Amino acid sequence: MAATATTVVAPTAIDRKALIQRYATYVILLGVVIWLGANLITSPSQFFSASAEGFNLGMLYALIALGYTLVYGIIELINFAHGDLFMLGALCSGFLLTTVMGQDQSNLMGWVLFLVTLVGTMVFCGGVNVSIEFLAYRRLRRAPKLAPLITAVGMSFILQFIGLKWNGSTPKQWPSVFPEGSFGIGDFRVSYSLLVVVAVTVPVLLLLRWVVTSTRQGKAMRAVAQDQDAARLMGVNVNRTISFTFLIGGALAGTAGVMYQQVVGTTAYNLGFQMGLIAFTSAVLGGIGNITGAVLGGVLIGLIQGINDGAPLGFGQKWSQTVVFTILILLMVFKPEGLLGRPTTEKV
Amino acid sequence: MSGTSAPGGATDAGEPMLELDGIHVYYGNIAAVKGLSLTVHPGEIVTLIGSNGAGKSTTLRAISGLLPLRHGSIRFQGEDLGGAPDHEVVRRGIAHSPEGRRIFPRMTVDENLDMGAFLRKDEEEIARDREMVLDLFPRLRERIGQKAGTMSGGEQQMLAVGRALMAKPKLLLLDEPSMGLAPVLVDVIFETITRIREQGTTVLLVEQNALAALEIADRAYVLESGALKLHGPASELAEDEEIVNAYLGG
Ligand SMILES: Nc1ncnc2c1ncn2[C@@H]1O[C@H](COP(=O)(O)OP(=O)(O)OP(=O)(O)O)[C@@H](O)[C@H]1O
Ligand SMILES: [Mg+2]
Repeated sequence: MAATATTVVAPTAIDRKALIQRYATYVILLGVVIWLGANLITSPSQFFSASAEGFNLGMLYALIALGYTLVYGIIELINFAHGDLFMLGALCSGFLLTTVMGQDQSNLMGWVLFLVTLVGTMVFCGGVNVSIEFLAYRRLRRAPKLAPLITAVGMSFILQFIGLKWNGSTPKQWPSVFPEGSFGIGDFRVSYSLLVVVAVTVPVLLLLRWVVTSTRQGKAMRAVAQDQDAARLMGVNVNRTISFTFLIGGALAGTAGVMYQQVVGTTAYNLGFQMGLIAFTSAVLGGIGNITGAVLGGVLIGLIQGINDGAPLGFGQKWSQTVVFTILILLMVFKPEGLLGRPTTEKV
Repeated sequence: MSGTSAPGGATDAGEPMLELDGIHVYYGNIAAVKGLSLTVHPGEIVTLIGSNGAGKSTTLRAISGLLPLRHGSIRFQGEDLGGAPDHEVVRRGIAHSPEGRRIFPRMTVDENLDMGAFLRKDEEEIARDREMVLDLFPRLRERIGQKAGTMSGGEQQMLAVGRALMAKPKLLLLDEPSMGLAPVLVDVIFETITRIREQGTTVLLVEQNALAALEIADRAYVLESGALKLHGPASELAEDEEIVNAYLGG
């Protein structure tokens, strides 16, 4: 009889904890929704434009977050240098488009050269990322986890130093080839630059999805992420697969760099730190290692930040980091694996 | 009609398919296998037995290229395997169903089988082999869309063997395929191994369940602390009282 008593108690305790966690998550989400609703009612048009701003930012976060999540998924490394790679992407974009090709206005030629710049920057950042993995992380693959982590921090400084030499120590202004202005009905406006960002990001994300789910390389990536030795036994070339993952992550960071340089118009050598931190946060919020989660997390954080900064009941730009991280911490406490992540208790 | 004989008759009975010559394998500074030699001939079932930690799994991992050799050599169909990168071994015709199953937990049964045929391009034959595997293990057919990590231990074991077969190997390395299976399923697995051999695949089998392994094997090697203790026809070893007492719990 005693045995039955304990077996009855144990599951209820677990159930209760899970239940509390679930409801706490709902309460937090409900709070966020009410805050959003209040903003919407106070001034619909302001809410709308703030969301559009936030969505724009969110796309960039998502693109960068994917690089963190892909690399973490495959070698369980938090690649601290990734934000700085994005920064190099922004510098490369301005360098190619304006310094090298001399384009400084929005016209047909601007679009063509923009596409050339986009592809060039994707290749550049992909190449840098592959080289970083090959030169530094690969050698440490069987070392204790801290060794590659510290190396990644070091890499971050190296990339910042390159950025410092390339960009100079003060922020640099760039002309944009994106069309100015906005379109819409009445007070509900969407800027043309957001349209371009969406038109570039969405196809890139769909392409990524296709590569990961439907190609041989994608299958190899998933296999290596789940069990490296087993993947070897299937004939997967693990080194090449990891290189490929860094290539994709780098290309996505490059895409984000080009968008940032064009939309914001200012570059600085230390710009990767904050963008990288928030993008990494997005990856964690969505569930690190989960591709859809990284996109969801990025867009969500971008929206929250945009609404906080621009909507009538927001707390203003000064508080945007605080608001973002408060929501993140609350969610993490009650859902530590992230929105779409796997519970860590999964048996391998 | 793919016959049971090797195409082209490249191997005659006298020439070994797999030949380990005095291999030493280390984990860091610790020797796990010390000077092991063994041969496997085409069409044979050879079993490698020994107590826990004897170095059986290490030997299989070395053959698959997952672990480097410190000394000695491994030849497969007359070619040195030593220089081949790990992912090349399966291309040459060796598939490995590893200890602990190591299926891809977040892929479905179907995707796991697909991974087994990763290097193959012959779509029609892959489809045929898939049917063959699903006939060998009807349970997998029922679970074809299930995430492999959510299957029972026994089902995962069947999947691990099935996945290795999807590589259409000439030589199949099986590391404790009966591990964790119910007695009925153990019989099924051993029956399946005999059937796999009948279909033309050579088998190197590592087993805890040594009595059962000796029953289906042609020859056996007994490992002790990384070195060869003795070897001989399986039927003789099964009758050797000393062996039975020491390794077979008899
Ligand atoms: N990754 C490793 N690092 C260090 N030592 C290892 C490692 N794997 C195995 N060993 C050691 O090598 C020796 C041989 O191990 P191996 O796994 O080959 O034994 P085994 O014969 O397969 O045993 P079992 O029947 O228990 O599976 C053991 O002493 C083990 O402790
Ligand atoms: Mg073993």
